Amino acid sequence: MKQPDAKPEILARRDEIIAGLRAILPERAVIDEAISLKPYETDALTAYRAIPLAVVLPEDESQVVAVMKLCAAGGIRVVPRGAGTSLSGGALPMEDAIVVGMMRMNRILEINTADRYAVVQPGVTNLGITAAVQDSGYFYAPDPSSQLACMIGGNVAMNSGGAHCLKYGVTANNLLGVRLVTIEGEILEIGGKHADSAGYDWLGLITGSEGQLGILTEITVRILHAPEGARAMLAGFAANETAGQCVDAIISSGIIPVALEFMDRPAIHACEDFAHAGYPLDAQALLIIEVEGSPDEQTDMLRRIREVCDRFHPLSIRVSESPEESAAIWKGRKAAFGAIGRISPDYFCMDGVIPTSRLGEVLRRIGEMSDSYGLAVANIFHAGDGNLHPLIMYNANDPISFAKAEAFGAAILTLCVEAGGCLTGEHGVGIEKRDLMQVQFSPADLAQMRRIKSAFDPAWLLNPAKVFPLPP
Amino acid sequence: MAVKSGEGLPAASINSEVFCFFFSKKKFFLKQFFFEKKNQKTFETYTGARLIRPQNETELAEAVRDTTGPLLIQGNGTKASMLRPVQAADTLSTSALSGITLYSPNELVMSARAGTPLAEIEATLAERGQQMIAEPSHLFGEDQTLGGLIATNLSGPRRISGGALRDHVLGVRAVNGSGEILKFGGRVLKNVTGLDLSKLLTGSFGTLAVLTEITFKVLPASEAVGTLVVHGQDAISAVATMSAALGSPFSVTAAAYLPDEKKTLLRIEEFATSVAYRTEKLSAQLGGSEILGTEASQSLWRDIRDCTFLPPAEALWRISAPPSAAPAILHAGQALGLTGMLDWGGGLIWLSGPASTHTHDALCHAATQAGAVWWLMRGPEPFRAAVAVVPPEPPALAALRQRIQQSFDPRGILNPLKLLAA
Repeated sequence: MKQPDAKPEILARRDEIIAGLRAILPERAVIDEAISLKPYETDALTAYRAIPLAVVLPEDESQVVAVMKLCAAGGIRVVPRGAGTSLSGGALPMEDAIVVGMMRMNRILEINTADRYAVVQPGVTNLGITAAVQDSGYFYAPDPSSQLACMIGGNVAMNSGGAHCLKYGVTANNLLGVRLVTIEGEILEIGGKHADSAGYDWLGLITGSEGQLGILTEITVRILHAPEGARAMLAGFAANETAGQCVDAIISSGIIPVALEFMDRPAIHACEDFAHAGYPLDAQALLIIEVEGSPDEQTDMLRRIREVCDRFHPLSIRVSESPEESAAIWKGRKAAFGAIGRISPDYFCMDGVIPTSRLGEVLRRIGEMSDSYGLAVANIFHAGDGNLHPLIMYNANDPISFAKAEAFGAAILTLCVEAGGCLTGEHGVGIEKRDLMQVQFSPADLAQMRRIKSAFDPAWLLNPAKVFPLPP
Repeated sequence: MAVKSGEGLPAASINSEVFCFFFSKKKFFLKQFFFEKKNQKTFETYTGARLIRPQNETELAEAVRDTTGPLLIQGNGTKASMLRPVQAADTLSTSALSGITLYSPNELVMSARAGTPLAEIEATLAERGQQMIAEPSHLFGEDQTLGGLIATNLSGPRRISGGALRDHVLGVRAVNGSGEILKFGGRVLKNVTGLDLSKLLTGSFGTLAVLTEITFKVLPASEAVGTLVVHGQDAISAVATMSAALGSPFSVTAAAYLPDEKKTLLRIEEFATSVAYRTEKLSAQLGGSEILGTEASQSLWRDIRDCTFLPPAEALWRISAPPSAAPAILHAGQALGLTGMLDWGGGLIWLSGPASTHTHDALCHAATQAGAVWWLMRGPEPFRAAVAVVPPEPPALAALRQRIQQSFDPRGILNPLKLLAA
């Protein structure tokens, strides 16, 4: 992974730039000491690091505007950052860049249950939104595994998904409006508190733009009333292919569960050791299936799903009998990354998507690659929508292991594209998948996307060197 | 050759006479459609005298590259009366780019070329018990193409629960104004690879690129449908009822209000046992007494989707609002002599009536004041050329929009000024 050289003229002006930032921001909002900059050197893709020129922590929109104007005028690169939980290196700094950390803009501004929206600042955590509305029975639907820590600004920037987006959609499907500050310091008001907007779908364009078009300062999300209840079941199978066929059969029977998750044997064992969720250790593949509704509706739906599962001779089926049991089942799944972290010093979490009909074949190929690269892999997978999360285990202190892991990851993602899928379903391109973009897109496709980026940010100052392959 | 807006007048005045003749609601839409087709010559200065109808994507790209003047972009042209008239000598139609190219029911995905009739898509899905999630509007008749639908992002009643068309577009192929063939998104249900230009092109009314193929998510149709009818409510209490229903745990999939009949309508789509359970629960909570079964519900919601409850009129407005603002906007429209109805739990207000600049300005002002946005969906040509058909943009966004348009269509030849006047 190559990053462009830092601009020497910017590094040379470091003191002047920091003085400029101090002149427009409160003292506590500017970080420039080496020791304090260290926590910002990486995000959840810890393999890559760089200490930024400075970090600023604006407390309101006017401060964001002031920082952007200063950076635009000075030709200074800007890296926006939420909680730093990106798995694709979306918040990786550059040595000549200012990191704009949004965690201090963390207020809930308005909650309206009659019109079913909440207006929040970007530094509110994903779960923080649900926490603010759940007393009224509402929730914010997208639920990335990092939802305790990750911030809504980052969710919008990366168009985050989660285990329940099979039913509720990803971030893009749950937004009504944003305020965005451009690199020139202009404030764009996009959308509002209504469903459809006139004119172009700016909201759709900005969602998932990975901090390259502007910095979000306010976000209006759709909130939903929670269902009467939810219940999970587990079904263990003797082979990955069989579990995959079962997923297809459930969907084609006309049932869309609220979540439909897949774990292979290594993932089952790692998660069970960690969370003691009662996962079947004899299974090669495990499905976690969740339904919603009244107790009777849950029973009815689970019965239908069980009938489908039975056609594929499951090794075991367990229906949760209590909310505690359902919570334990989900705890295991959502702790998967931590669980893998216990058995391997380092891991890369891939995020490719495949047509679900190709599941068996793709998992078989990943297994073969695991053997040939000599690196273990555990597969966790949003089965209903084909979003694979192979976790490649490696040792970052061993350069050979690291190089192999990078190559293995690239091979998996290339395989996903060749199978008719894509490089990333919910983590974003970041720096991680930047150099693979030509696998999925033609030069003309990429050139059109670059022109859009240029229309927002002509000098490419905002989170540059991500998403798009570097010029040769 | 492009002409000034006033020169379409004779045709438009004939058009308004037609409105007086056909009172039958359903017939009205078809009649109007055929009328416009038959009389296309009269409109030629606007709608493009020379029809270019490429047989495939490569030919379409060549046609765009070779053109020397602006192009009116259309599928079958059913939505020509929507937004601003386009002044172009040539019409580029995608109608020959037809056919479903991929349907994988287990993967909930379908791809089809832009000119594929929506009717063909809906029939193919129905054979496998599936449907388009956004319940697309048939307001402009039965002849519309997939490309025209996606270009206009016209979602129906289920938009409030299942999302808009733009939420289900997984990928597109398109030709930009330079004649380059582009591909964005893909055929899988989740995809955040690169900028989401599929969404940007959806609802862009052919002003950025010509869609040639669209891939979208589909879902199983429900086993049963039920509608709870609450009678006798005014708009304010109807919106309160709809908000309570949409804010209940019972997954209401559509909520509409018919002011003339004072009917508040709440729809559940699920397995039959769940429909029975949930409509009963809602009825106990909200006081509705009448419950419609599957067939009556399907027919009712088709009529709501297609606005057949509104009487024939010269002009039709569509307003997207925060639901609690709907009663004020509806009343403002009624005070101007318009007839209206609410969909999307109050989040969508339809109003129809005579096309007058005074009415238009007053209605749009009331909508804007209430935090809503609006579209002029139908109206005589000179009227649509004279008024703003969508809200004006703030200057920063206008400048950005121009740069984006420039990036797709540097010569400005694709459906010029369809959304906003120069």
